[in-house]
Amino acid sequence: MSPEPTTLLQGTLDLLILKSLVAGEKHGLGISRRIEQITGGTFVVKPGSLFPALHRMEEEGWISAFWGDSENNRRAKYYRLTKAGQKQLEIEKKRWGRISWAIAQALEAS
Amino acid sequence: MPLLVKVRSFLRNILLARHVETDLDEELRSHLDMLTEENTRAGMPLQEARRAARLEVGSIDRLKEQVYEVQAGNWLHSIASDCRYGVRQLRKNPGFATVAILTLALGIGANTALFSVVNGVLLNPLPYPHAEELVSIAQKLPPFDQFAVSYPDFLDWTRMNHTFQALAAYRQNNFNLTGSGEAQRLKATQVSASFFPLLGVSPLIGRNFLPEEDRRGAAHVVMLSAALWKSKFSASPEILSKTLTLDGEGYIVIGVVPESFYFCCESTNFRLGDVYVPIGAWDVPWMQDRGAHPGIFAVGRLKVGTTLEQAHADTDQIAHNLAAAYPDSDKNVGIVLVPLKQAMVANSRPMLLLLLAAVGLVFLIACVNVANLLLARSTGRVQEFAVRTALGATRRRLVRQLLIESALLAAMGGSIGLVLAAWGTRAALAALPEALPRANEVRLDAHVLLFTLIVSATAALLFGLTPVLKVSADTIHKNLKERQRWASGSQHRIQRTFVVAEISLAVVLLSAAGLTIRSLANLWSVNPGFDPRNVLAFNVASPGSTAKEEPDEIRGYLNQLTDAIASIPGVTAAGRTAGALPMAGDNEVGFWIEGQVRPSTTSEMPNALNYFVGPGYLKAMGIRLLRGRFISEQDNIHSRFVAVIDDRFERQYFPNRNPLGEHIHLAGLDELFEIVGVVGHVNQNGLDENERSAAVQLYNSIDQIPDKFIAAMAKSACFVVRTEASDNGITSAIRQTVAKMNDQQVAYDFAWMEEIISGSLAARRFTMFLLGAFATLALLLATIGVYGVFSYVVGQRTQEIGIRMALGAERSNVVLMVLGEAGKIAMLGVGVGLLASLGFCRLIASMLFRVSSYDPITLVSVAIVLSAVALVACYVPARRASHVDPIRALRYE
Repeated sequence: MSPEPTTLLQGTLDLLILKSLVAGEKHGLGISRRIEQITGGTFVVKPGSLFPALHRMEEEGWISAFWGDSENNRRAKYYRLTKAGQKQLEIEKKRWGRISWAIAQALEAS
Repeated sequence: MPLLVKVRSFLRNILLARHVETDLDEELRSHLDMLTEENTRAGMPLQEARRAARLEVGSIDRLKEQVYEVQAGNWLHSIASDCRYGVRQLRKNPGFATVAILTLALGIGANTALFSVVNGVLLNPLPYPHAEELVSIAQKLPPFDQFAVSYPDFLDWTRMNHTFQALAAYRQNNFNLTGSGEAQRLKATQVSASFFPLLGVSPLIGRNFLPEEDRRGAAHVVMLSAALWKSKFSASPEILSKTLTLDGEGYIVIGVVPESFYFCCESTNFRLGDVYVPIGAWDVPWMQDRGAHPGIFAVGRLKVGTTLEQAHADTDQIAHNLAAAYPDSDKNVGIVLVPLKQAMVANSRPMLLLLLAAVGLVFLIACVNVANLLLARSTGRVQEFAVRTALGATRRRLVRQLLIESALLAAMGGSIGLVLAAWGTRAALAALPEALPRANEVRLDAHVLLFTLIVSATAALLFGLTPVLKVSADTIHKNLKERQRWASGSQHRIQRTFVVAEISLAVVLLSAAGLTIRSLANLWSVNPGFDPRNVLAFNVASPGSTAKEEPDEIRGYLNQLTDAIASIPGVTAAGRTAGALPMAGDNEVGFWIEGQVRPSTTSEMPNALNYFVGPGYLKAMGIRLLRGRFISEQDNIHSRFVAVIDDRFERQYFPNRNPLGEHIHLAGLDELFEIVGVVGHVNQNGLDENERSAAVQLYNSIDQIPDKFIAAMAKSACFVVRTEASDNGITSAIRQTVAKMNDQQVAYDFAWMEEIISGSLAARRFTMFLLGAFATLALLLATIGVYGVFSYVVGQRTQEIGIRMALGAERSNVVLMVLGEAGKIAMLGVGVGLLASLGFCRLIASMLFRVSSYDPITLVSVAIVLSAVALVACYVPARRASHVDPIRALRYE
């Protein structure tokens, strides 16, 4: 039984999308499924959040898009990480590290 | 790099919008297909798989909207669509749009027009390179703060100063041009050789004056104005080194002054000339007389980096040294420096700033009017907003929509306003050109366009925000549920406040206009001490050879000329005059009374305005003779020297004794003058002459001007004649008579005394004209505003009125009820307005003449006018209300 799907924290969606693309280019559905997989089903990204995020990140220059064929020979729009995207991933990782450390500290405080 | 990507996406989204959309469509379709595929693989039947996929994706259109919202350039798209929507909304309601746009066009147009005047006259730098270095220079000769400069002093300043790059003197003169077609009178400006280089003016063709041409005894040279060069010499470059005959002497043409050259200074009598000649070459005795101040003023260019204070210290030292060296002429004489721009425009500043404030009030009224219209309209649109909110429009989006509609109105109003301004400015300046210096520099430039833009944007914000106040989330939800039938009390309060504001602003403007109109009326009713009706002043230039004749021959010639003019049919009296002429020219002389100690220096003597006149002058001008006799034909150079004084002279210097038979000395003349008569005082400086500061007046016989001055006076003679009627037929009769005597003789500069007087009121008339126009506009806008609000309020209360009438209220009761309410609001507006006028009109106190800024007559009439107008504006809607059919009104309930 997978854990209850959780609403994404503000700012974590970008991190998850970038992370999901590290292993290689993916189309929208692939990214969505990959996030589900790597978070153990905790986060399910709905199209209503996914596509605006993808287009925004593309315009930021973190990912680039191109049309290709899917595993089932279907035309699909693929996204891949750019150099700027890799840099952004490092920034987001550090930020998330700081946040989770701070939250942990807060919870441990008496 | 990421910036480049952003720019690229922005351009792509804007320019390839269609392509971006199909791309997104395809992406979403393939996503949907893949989801379906995934589901069938999981074992769902195709139908169900499709349904599940659709459920997960949700509304495709909404998803697309969400994507668009994050795309770069999206705001531009949505603003464009808001604009299209806004235009559609305005088109749906053309009456509202027309009234709003026209109101704004008037408000913005009036502001733009006035700002373009302020910009051209007060704000823009003078049209010379490094204009900030230029200063106007005059002498301080107590009691006069700014007096003409003595030429020997000017030459010493040039030598002694350490703070100026250059100094230049200038003066007006007139020449007779003969030998080039018909004899013609030319306005000449005498300038130093340094004048044009100092102002950075290069000749169109030829060259500027050389320093050695700017000296006594130098060969005569002349520069032509571009206008004369074109009109008289058809712009031929061959004019250079030709000789012109001016006042019978040959002048070699050395250059042409460009058309763009402009210089104007009312306080120093500078005017543009037809020709320019070197001032230093002017060979008259007073150019060497340190005590004479023959209408010369100076302009200087400060050394780079020198402040006005440093220059002051420098010139104060120079004045001190000159006073020590020449105590008789220069004791107590100072040097006055004024930044040139200030000298040119300072007189117009208070008037223009007042008008700017007034037109600002008109603008506020216009904004309040449009805000009112929008407010009324937004009530009708509550449902529209509620529906849009339900369909997902955020509050921000609705506010933006409203602001965009306001901006559209403001943009259209502003554009029409700009056209009105361009036209209105030209019309106003053409109607009253003499009122303003630098009028030729008034134009719509980048500053003015920027101003219009800012004003329009301010307007859009001011009135655009009002309906926004209404679009609050809770009312929208409430309104979706039930159509709002009764206007809320808060809205009525806002509208009433608007009406009060409009009426009070209009009261302020009308009061200001009323006070200026009363001032002008008071000025017209001032008795100037002479009768200006049917009095014509003009000059006659003598043939160039006259000046070389013997003094007695010159006197004989001038008297012959006077007799010829006096005998023209239609002329009832003619007097020759020299020196001062009321409202046209000043001439002062120092004096002391026989039997008193002569003041040790000329500069310590009291001064009197000095008129040299012939016997006909008294009758021609219509001046009152109080005692003794006036100058007569017997008072010539061979008889006893006589003087006539005005009653102010008598009161001041002969209190409690009879001045007749007393004698006075005049500075610079050896003769003793016997006082033979007393006449009434004449307003020398215009109708608004300050009685306390006005100088005393002294008349001498023009035939008793000593020999040494007669040659210089022979050049041209000034006449005043009283005519039977003030039509211009008499001027041609005079011209013919003068030309018949001698074809080298020209009559010129004809001016009716009444026109001179009204010219002296030009600035006041300009102010009154514009204030009156603004006040009328304010009254009109306020009337429209009051009418609009009450029509609306009555419309909203139709049901209530229906009920009242169903319960037995008479029509007259209904009319009285509406009018009573209007009356209360009008009273409040008038009250607030009167209080505000007391403050505002204090600002114009210095421009008023014999009327207090609290003038009760003006304030009461304004109050009555506005109350009446407000009630009339309300009567129409009130009558309409009284014709409400109770049955129909209630049926809508």
